[in-house]
Amino acid sequence: MSDRQVLSRDVRSARLSAAEYEENFSDLHAPLDWHEAKVEAERCYFCYDAPCMTACPTSIDIPLFIRQIATDNPVGSAKTIFNQNIMGGMCARVCPTETLCEEVCVREEAEGKPVKIGQLQRYATDHFMDEKRPHPFTRKPETGKKIAIVGAGPAGMSCAHHLAREGHDVVVFDARNKPGGLNEFGIASYKSTDNFAQREIDFLLEIGGIEIKNGQMLGRDVELDQLAADYDAVFLGLGLKNTNRLNLEGEDAPGCEDAIDYIAALRQAEDKSTLNVGRNVVVIGGGMTAIDIAIQTKLLGAENVTICYRRGQSAMNASLYEQELAQTHGVDIKHWRQPKAIQLNGDGEVCGLEVETTALADGILSGTGETQIIPADQVFKAIGQKFDSSALSGGQIDLEGGRIKVNDQRQTSNAKIWAGGDCIVGGEDLTVVAVEDGKIAAQHINSVLQG
Amino acid sequence: MADLTSNFLGITSPNPFWLASAPPTDKAYNVERAFEAGWGGVVWKTLGAEGPPVVNVNGPRYGAIYGHDRHLIGLNNIELITDRDLYVNLKEITEVKKRWPDRAIIVSLMVPCDEDSWKAILPLVEETGADGIELNFGCPHGMSERGMGAAVGQVPEYIQMVTEWCKKYYSKPVIVKLTPNITDVRYPARAAKAGGADAVSLINTINSIVSVDLDQFAPSPTIDGKGTHGGYCGPAVKPIAMNMVAEIARDPQTAGLPISGIGGITTWRDAAEFIALGCGNVQVCTAAMTYGFKVVQEMITGLSDWMDEKGIASIDEFVGRAVPNVTDWQYLNLNYVTKAKINQDLCIECGRCHIACEDTSHQAITNMVDGKRRFEVIDEECVGCNLCVNVCPVDDCITMEPIAGMDPRTGKPIDPNYANWTTHPNNPGAKPEAAE
Repeated sequence: MSDRQVLSRDVRSARLSAAEYEENFSDLHAPLDWHEAKVEAERCYFCYDAPCMTACPTSIDIPLFIRQIATDNPVGSAKTIFNQNIMGGMCARVCPTETLCEEVCVREEAEGKPVKIGQLQRYATDHFMDEKRPHPFTRKPETGKKIAIVGAGPAGMSCAHHLAREGHDVVVFDARNKPGGLNEFGIASYKSTDNFAQREIDFLLEIGGIEIKNGQMLGRDVELDQLAADYDAVFLGLGLKNTNRLNLEGEDAPGCEDAIDYIAALRQAEDKSTLNVGRNVVVIGGGMTAIDIAIQTKLLGAENVTICYRRGQSAMNASLYEQELAQTHGVDIKHWRQPKAIQLNGDGEVCGLEVETTALADGILSGTGETQIIPADQVFKAIGQKFDSSALSGGQIDLEGGRIKVNDQRQTSNAKIWAGGDCIVGGEDLTVVAVEDGKIAAQHINSVLQG
Repeated sequence: MADLTSNFLGITSPNPFWLASAPPTDKAYNVERAFEAGWGGVVWKTLGAEGPPVVNVNGPRYGAIYGHDRHLIGLNNIELITDRDLYVNLKEITEVKKRWPDRAIIVSLMVPCDEDSWKAILPLVEETGADGIELNFGCPHGMSERGMGAAVGQVPEYIQMVTEWCKKYYSKPVIVKLTPNITDVRYPARAAKAGGADAVSLINTINSIVSVDLDQFAPSPTIDGKGTHGGYCGPAVKPIAMNMVAEIARDPQTAGLPISGIGGITTWRDAAEFIALGCGNVQVCTAAMTYGFKVVQEMITGLSDWMDEKGIASIDEFVGRAVPNVTDWQYLNLNYVTKAKINQDLCIECGRCHIACEDTSHQAITNMVDGKRRFEVIDEECVGCNLCVNVCPVDDCITMEPIAGMDPRTGKPIDPNYANWTTHPNNPGAKPEAAE
């Protein structure tokens, strides 16, 4: 009797009041005020050969920038950060600090309470940007060299900034209608409020010498071999365009969506009340994207949000902190469940997900045969993304495991082409790693071009 | 329960914690609140001679330096002696003493350096029924420019002379309050004793500029663009005060002269340290000005609990107990050899011990052992200086351990017998031991 009621679809926009949307999509953590920042900064021990600095993929001099906050010099602090990481503002918001700098903070060892490095970094960089200080770097004399960058995400823009600093001219091609890449289209809304991704791009462009061409897709509007011919060097920060498929019947039915597409739409929606969200939402996956879509659908007013992950808690790619963040937002994380069938209603729309319990036996994961149907007005796939190599026409670049192969300098098998970010082998899906890739590539490009 | 009753110069108070002569003791209202909170006594804020009272600045009077989280470490002030009418003060002192007979009330005085001025005021003070007087020879600003306060305290002959006048015209105990703004505190202390003082109290505040306003380019507190030196007090001055107390306590000429300890006393422990160095009681100001009068309750309970644990029944039992252990450098045992030891279970690997030793001292602490971040003492290099202990952020993680046998640093055996510089072969002035 009740099956039919449970399985009736309920997907709606405007589930909440305007005030609730406002509250739900404001900053995840309120920024530290001056006194809080000073007190927190004073907790730093200014360690010798600080473990936090080693743990930072961009090697920011953390003890120094924190000491600069403690000594009333937030501008100098921001410069210390930007010197290693021009996107220090975004990294302060999105870095999983709990598995990077803060995990190895000696205060974590001492008392289980690391210095809030991420929030202090945000304090300094926000201070600098909010005060609209002059750009912290000056461009060297123009070299006359031109570099093409494909992809205006963190890797591409970091590379662009470093090259521009060295006096080179940079043209950035990006398929989307605005720059930023995942910072603009992928990061959870509550981590990047107030149009921060675009403000950061504007800040970065103040260096000069960078031209961004939007709506330019590699393989459609521009060709790699042509770029390699027209420019002195090329950097590819392409990201991962394709998503993995479940390969289940009903996967293309209304209500079954790629999480990244929904997140991109959500990021671009000025009015969150226009977004359709189900009463019951099921997310498939165990990484950051799964957490982000789960929390954000909950914030949009979904009543029941369930993450189904086919392995155990410790295997989840999302950090423990992120998992707990989802749980405190009321998301139910079910481990050891794999999708078995998508349930459709009479109109051919998603109304549930049948999942099968899994178990590990001798290291091999398999279904136990025990199944369960979870009511779902929407099913979001967050099961990973793939590099789309089709745009690399000409095949001058070696791939490995479906991604671009690079050396330590982020140079590809084509000596004129470098690459970084998620599209390269070993890419870690982290903004901060992409920023570092772009920086390393730029340093090498510069040394090659300066000959 | 330990007995905290204090008998200082025959003046009894329920505990040894007095409020020093300062803003908290300027009038009956404050003093009675202090007594209600539990303070054993007060030294009433300094009275001046009859006539128009002094005036204070109307801009800021205090400046401060801070530790973490605006923890007040040092305070300086440019306030003068009481700016209230002499007779109002005398009346209030009389009334408060009547209402609080079990508490000590001392009257601080500062009048011009002539016999008539002292002869005039002392009988008035005597009439109040207060338990004694304290001569303010310490105030370093404002009054000293007028030949009073520190201007007297810096000239031993004046100290002796004024003290003699006070003993002549006043029947109760006379305490001479000493300024630290001198080169050797033993000289003013000896002068006070020679003049017949019943006790000395120290230290008064230290000449100081606590900060410079980098927008106005003027010392702070800044009064309309200008600043002046003030008197420095609070936790930061405690080490300076304790050294001066110890110097007087162990000087053969002043040994046994009762001392009232002042200078940054904030906790029971501070008080116990001053008492161990020879103080019969202590006076407090900055702690009260920072936290209010209730802070004395921590001091009372803390001192009492510590005395119980130590099996000390009364204050007198430990007054001066540390004095015999204060000595000159030349008498320290050069055969006492220590090495730092780092407890690896407690170490949080901040590396501050390493970099302090590596950059600024003896290169005696590793940063890497077998390719791993690890901080260990290299006994062959360690001189036992204690710097690593001081910079380590973890309690008891690094300790100084005495060693015997061979000193790995010198490669020589350690003589188990006491020997000091006076007999050391490197000392050109060493006196060889007399032949048998």
